[in-house]
This record gives sequence, structure tokens and C-alpha cells, in this order.
Amino acid sequence: MKLFKIFKNGIINDNPIFVQLIGMCSTLAVTTSVSNGLAMGLAVVAVLMGSNLVISLLRNSTPEKIRIPAFVIVIATFVTIVEMFMKAYAQPIYQALGIFLPLIVVNCIIFARAEAFAFKNGPVASLIDGLGMGLGYTLALVTLSTVREIFGAGSFFGIPLFGESFQPAGILVMPPGAFIVLGILIGIFNVARRKKATSEI
Amino acid sequence: MEGKVLNTTKAESAVPDMLIVSSSPHIRSNESVERIMIDVVIALIPAMIGAVYFFGLNALKLILVSAASAVAFEALIQKMLKKEITIKDYSALITGILVAFNLPANAPWWIPVFGSGFAIIVVKQLFGGIGSNFMNPALAARAVLLASWPNIMSTYVLPGADAVTGATPLAIMKFGGVDGTASATVAQAGSNLPSILDMFVGNIGGAIGETSAVLLLLGAAYLIFRKVINWRTPVVYLGAAAIFLAIFGVPADEIIYHILGGGLILGAFFMATDYATGPITSMGRIVFGIGAGFLTALIRVKGGFPEGVSYSILLMNVVSPLIEKFSAPKIFGRAK
Repeated sequence: MKLFKIFKNGIINDNPIFVQLIGMCSTLAVTTSVSNGLAMGLAVVAVLMGSNLVISLLRNSTPEKIRIPAFVIVIATFVTIVEMFMKAYAQPIYQALGIFLPLIVVNCIIFARAEAFAFKNGPVASLIDGLGMGLGYTLALVTLSTVREIFGAGSFFGIPLFGESFQPAGILVMPPGAFIVLGILIGIFNVARRKKATSEI
Repeated sequence: MEGKVLNTTKAESAVPDMLIVSSSPHIRSNESVERIMIDVVIALIPAMIGAVYFFGLNALKLILVSAASAVAFEALIQKMLKKEITIKDYSALITGILVAFNLPANAPWWIPVFGSGFAIIVVKQLFGGIGSNFMNPALAARAVLLASWPNIMSTYVLPGADAVTGATPLAIMKFGGVDGTASATVAQAGSNLPSILDMFVGNIGGAIGETSAVLLLLGAAYLIFRKVINWRTPVVYLGAAAIFLAIFGVPADEIIYHILGGGLILGAFFMATDYATGPITSMGRIVFGIGAGFLTALIRVKGGFPEGVSYSILLMNVVSPLIEKFSAPKIFGRAK
């Protein structure tokens, strides 16, 4: 039951994008298409689960004063694994994500979970927390990139949805569109979340 | 029932009805949001007639679609957000008209619908509705439309029934020939420019509501006469734009084209004077005008676009709170 709560926290109550507003840089940059958003989300899930598990296992033997460098080493290891894996098996996605894939190393979400959760909790709970937070991030990215791709490029997963005469609103795939859509989604998500919270009481 | 009670008190106390005891304010003006907005609509009517006269029925269609969709979106979003529906204050109507004024005459019908929707829903209502928007809704809509559909938004038609596409005077000055070839010399560009009388009357290419300087000034004079807008922002804006254009090396005889062409008159009198998005202090309004004039001149001369009024007003909208903070008058009797 407690593990399920940790999992649900990551997706809904403490959603890293919609509630905590961390890890914004990659969120705004890579969500121009659904495939990019999904790939980025899954890469973060993999890194977050791995780093949370290892940091949690090492938490008793890591000296407090050098914990940040230790986190960096652990996270960088997993990012490198994911990056090499994608370079080998998913070349187009790897090229589309570009610099934002190695930049997962400095993603706030991963550091925040290492510092706030994995360093204080056991390995199983940390693994579940990594999964929940990663899926929360993926959920946000896929939602954001779906809206942006459908209305900004007129396609979904690269498949054109509308006829030739449809002229998509180009602003949505440009940087300002990311801010506008993200702002509206955060608003909707939090209204829905609060409504649910009050109805539960 | 109520009348009966009133009668008894009247008979007993003998106090006249006029003597009402209440807290201040005691003197009320009959100004209201509706009154001000109706004045702005009246001031926009000459330019609307001009738009239809110069650009034909498609301009009328764009204005009607834009105004109707702005009012409809306002009612819809306020109903969705469970707010009081305030379409009767005419502010959405004005936003709709101003969105249409920024469009080229051959724009398809869905352009004003999207523009009005963005202006009303995202820029106005999501930030708290009338008086709470941080930038001018109509101009923000124009910026979004220009970024989304640059082809539609920058292909202007010349006045007349044939709907021939052609360059605006600003584009001619910036890029040279009518076909946009940058190699044309200044002399050639000058020969392609319309006469100053055409510029003043509005018989030139451009967005439907911005071309006729004389009709816009007529409306602006009415607004200043009615004290709806303050002269400071627009006059300083136009003056600063002229001065900075001269500083950036625009020849003296072309500056008049810069003032009368593009959206400068429309922007200065009808958009920079927006209550919610500009400073309210006199000093602040002057600073706003100078800043907007500088940015307009900078974008027009040094930037990539021939026109910069919308971006300069939007940028000044964003710094307005800062201007207000530093231009607030000293409170009498308070030590510094």
C-alpha cells in the first residue's frame, strides 16, 4: 500500500513537471513531437530507476560531504548507458534528441529524487519512486508533445492527421508555444488535482 | 409590502428622501467601463468604414467574424470558468475589432477566429479578465498569428476591387522593389512609394485597419476630447519614433512615410493607450512612449521585419510595472 502511494505521488500529487515544475529545460525543448517526448520520457525513467536504486543501496556507505559528486558519478553512468543504447538501437531518436540526452545528467528531477528520496529510503521504495517520478515526467511530456504536434504540425507520431489544406499553428512547435501550452496544461492539471483532493475529503 | 414600510417611516420621521447618509465617495462620475468602451468603439467606426471602403467586403467579413468570435469566446470561457459573464462591457468587442484591424484583407476567415480566441482566452481571461491582462490582447494575437502563419499575415493586398497583392510602403522602403528584391536602390524605392496624400487617406497596402491615418486620427481626436485616452503616450510615441528614425539614418523625407505607414498611428492611439497594460503615471506614460518609439525605430531600421509597432508595444507592456514603480509620484509630506 505504501509503495503504491509512493508510485502515485510521482505521477499525480508530486508530478515533477505539473506540480514541482522541475526539469523544465528538456521538457520545453524536446516536446516538438510525440516520438521525441516519449523517448525522452522513457530515457529518464531508465536513468531515474537505475540511479535511485544504486544511490539507495550506497546510502549508508556514502559520506554526507561528498554525496553530490557521488550522485553525479552514479547518474552519469546510467545516462551513458542509456545514451549508448539509444545510439546503437534508435539512431533517429538519438539524433532528434541531440544534446538533451546527455543533459539528463544535470536534470533536476534526478538530482532531486536522489537527494530527497533515494538517499533516505530503502532500495525497493527508491526503485518505485524512480518509476513513479519517471512515468509522471513521461506523462507530462507525452501530453505536452501531443498537443504541440497535433496543432502545431498537424500530425501524430509523424503521421499527418489532416488534409493538405490544413495549415497548422506553427507557433506551437516554436519555443513560445511550449510555454503557452505548458502553462495551460499546468493549470488544467492542478484544477483537476485539487477538485479530486477536495472531493476525497 | 416594501412600499408600505417605506410609507410608514416617511410619515413618522419626516426626513426628506434626499438626505442619504453614506460613506465616501459622495460625488460619483457617470463614467463606467461600458461608457469608455462605447467611446472606443465609436472612435474605431471611421477606420472601420475606411477599411471596408478601401479593401471591400472581405474586410467587413473579417471585422464581423473577429468581433463576433471575440465576444463568443469571452462568454464561453467565462461560463467554463464559472465567472460573471461580462460581454456587455464591450471590451471583447473592441479586442475583436482590433484583431481584425491587424489582418491583411485577403486573410481566410479562420485567422480572425484563432486570433480572437487567443487574445480573449489566453491573454485576457487566463490572466484574470478585464484589467488584469499583462499585455495588449489584440497585439499578442497579432504576434502569434504572424509567428504561426507568416505567409498569410505578411501578404498584403492593395486597395481596390481586384485584390492585387503588393508591398506595404514600409516593405518598399526596407526591401526596395514591389517584388521584394533587396537590390533596388533608395531612388528606385522612392519612385515605388505612394504619394503622401494616399498615405494620409489610407489608399495604400497594409492591414485593413491601419492604413488610413486621417480616419484613425479622427477617432483618436474624439477619444482625447472625451478624455478616454491621454495624449501623452501616443504623442510622445510618435515623436520619439520620428527622432529615433532620424538618428538611425532614415532620410528626412522618408520619416513621414514611417509615421503614416504601418501600424504606428493605430498602435500609438488605440493600443499603447490601453489602461491595463500601460503605466498610469504621467511620467511613466512619457517613458512608455519613448521606449516604444525607440523599439519601433530599431526594429523597422535594423531588424528583419519591415514593421515593429506590435512587438515594441508588447515589450513596453511587459516593462510597464517597472516603469510605474520608478515613476510613482512622491507622496506629499512623506520623507524620502
